[in-house]
Amino acid sequence: MSQDTLFDKVWDLHKVSSLPGGSDQIFIGLHLIHEVTSPQAFGALKDKKLKVKFPDRTVATVDHIVPTDNQSRPFKDNLAEQMIETLEKNCLENKIRFFNIGSGNQGIVHVVAPELGLTQPGMTIACGDSHTSTHGAFGSIAFGIGTSQVRDVLATQTLAMNKLKVRQIWCENKLSKGVYAKDLILHIINKLGVKAGVGFAYEFAGPAINELSMEERMTICNMSIEGGARCGYINPDEKTFSYIKNKLYAPKNEHWDKALRWWKSLKSDGNSIYDDVIKLDASEVEPTVTWGITPGQSISINQKIPLLDDLSPNDKLVAKEAYEYMSFKQGQLIKDTPVDVCFIGSCTNGRISDLRVAAKVLKGKKVSKNVKAFAVPGSEKVANEAKQEGIDQIFKDSGFQWREPGCSMCLAMNSDKLIGNQVSASSSNRNFKGRQGSPSGRTLLMSPAMVAAAAINGKVSDVREFIN
Amino acid sequence: MKSEFTPPIGKISNVDGQCISLIGNDIDTDRIIPARFLKCVNFDSLGESVFEDDRKTLIGKHPFDLEENKNAAILIVNSNFGCGSSREHAPQALMRWGIKAIIGESFADIFYSNCIAIGIPCLTLPKKLIEEIQNYCRNRFLFLEIDLKNSLAKSKDLNFNFEIKESSRKMFLSGEWDATSTLLANKNLIENKFNQLPYIKFNTNFL
Repeated sequence: MSQDTLFDKVWDLHKVSSLPGGSDQIFIGLHLIHEVTSPQAFGALKDKKLKVKFPDRTVATVDHIVPTDNQSRPFKDNLAEQMIETLEKNCLENKIRFFNIGSGNQGIVHVVAPELGLTQPGMTIACGDSHTSTHGAFGSIAFGIGTSQVRDVLATQTLAMNKLKVRQIWCENKLSKGVYAKDLILHIINKLGVKAGVGFAYEFAGPAINELSMEERMTICNMSIEGGARCGYINPDEKTFSYIKNKLYAPKNEHWDKALRWWKSLKSDGNSIYDDVIKLDASEVEPTVTWGITPGQSISINQKIPLLDDLSPNDKLVAKEAYEYMSFKQGQLIKDTPVDVCFIGSCTNGRISDLRVAAKVLKGKKVSKNVKAFAVPGSEKVANEAKQEGIDQIFKDSGFQWREPGCSMCLAMNSDKLIGNQVSASSSNRNFKGRQGSPSGRTLLMSPAMVAAAAINGKVSDVREFIN
Repeated sequence: MKSEFTPPIGKISNVDGQCISLIGNDIDTDRIIPARFLKCVNFDSLGESVFEDDRKTLIGKHPFDLEENKNAAILIVNSNFGCGSSREHAPQALMRWGIKAIIGESFADIFYSNCIAIGIPCLTLPKKLIEEIQNYCRNRFLFLEIDLKNSLAKSKDLNFNFEIKESSRKMFLSGEWDATSTLLANKNLIENKFNQLPYIKFNTNFL
């Protein structure tokens, strides 16, 4: 059993009681909600005649269903309009802070909370969305929950949960040029498998992780869940503190010094004991692309799609399904695979640094005429920043469509969808069957820089050939 | 889609029903209920859309479309079932189709806790036994009586001891899987915890 890791310290601090069944009752410091997984929770609260216990500890925004072309109200899609109206009403009735479209602070919930300084080290954070693990990048313990648990957090600010085990993933050395956080996390998921994290929190550590910016760390923690771990985190350091400082909801003045002292005391240290430790060499990671229907089915850009015979018995079943669904042949190169759609955005890679990196690749180049390419900033703040830096113009000049913030084609709940069996090069997090809106649509996950390279060439490309 | 749906309430100690086998590892919640069906403010109509895209692709041959499975209540799956999105819509859709318990090699964490929270026991068995059950189901009906108290599943031909997390088992037997009232009972402890947390004090601008 793990001891004295950041996870243990934060968990123990938030433990309210041991429940009769043997699980723990955990206090949730910050609860984030959005329009898709909250309406039924508010409904259940009403049915049980309960009130929101700590309205100040819940913050709402709208992201999954928002259109990215025309955000004027009412939305063209009646169901989407009904969902945003329901959220507006629930927030108003329950006095919950809501960052609506046009507030300047709307966006994908996992982009918005960190940029507002809501996400802080040592907190427990829950949200009805599996990518809540993103917030672990700040040394908080953050995890996705379902709607009934959203109801419980609204009603009690607590959850019934079993404590997770802790696996440290130690990343030695550093990433090479043209290789990004996305490549590293895809590599980790490939090495460990998509279910290795079940029952675990992942602590990402080591020189390669220390080297990463906060936004890159968010990309890593964001995809913990794709490796099966509902929680992933990184110990806070100077980069964490300076990212938070002066943000809207960051502690101010004398509170800042107190916060800093406390945050520094949380780190896992030499006394920490882990349930498991994995070591890998980040310098070996190359630009990585998924070829299959799970985020674990990835290869580096110059590798061939694995042969069935080379896979373990456990991986064969899904590999067979993947070859068929993706229309790929075993042993085929992934490089030069033609793509129809290029998507840059999502809670994984829709932040300003992601757009900057892609813009660097796109500058002075044109998107292939066979490709529909679009960029969706992660939030209104990201969009504004991009405009100030002229990044939106670089995207537009290259032939990318520049959209309004939202989750968009990461899960295709709005009108941004693949059509038929189109192939998309996507900076998002899931390549599941049908994930991007067409039941036969095919997704290749990669870094935003690699998506930009694919957009220019009209086929999967090695971004290292674009940057010197 | 079966007759009218009644959600489970209170203690759950036994689940009896016909098994339906669904073969495949890493079956994600997008496949269980595609995202377009999440555009709803209640769960009522999700049952008919469960596995919608997989079913369309198999044109009537998906296990959830086979006539012989129409009354099934116990789903038999392989490993990492329910991975991906945290959408509770996935177990809600399964439940509204008629699923009352799931037996598998392993389950994704969030899916598992969603199932507990809505009253669907998820039980695990080793790969070999799951395959044995799935083979049995290929050409025969399998009716199982699940006894949560004794971790035992019985049928005419097959009997086995399944595994279930002790905390989950206790929650089903006591009815505390519907956790809200249990959590609320510690009202004072919650208040105390709130007042003790260091960051509540230095985040004065939250309030």
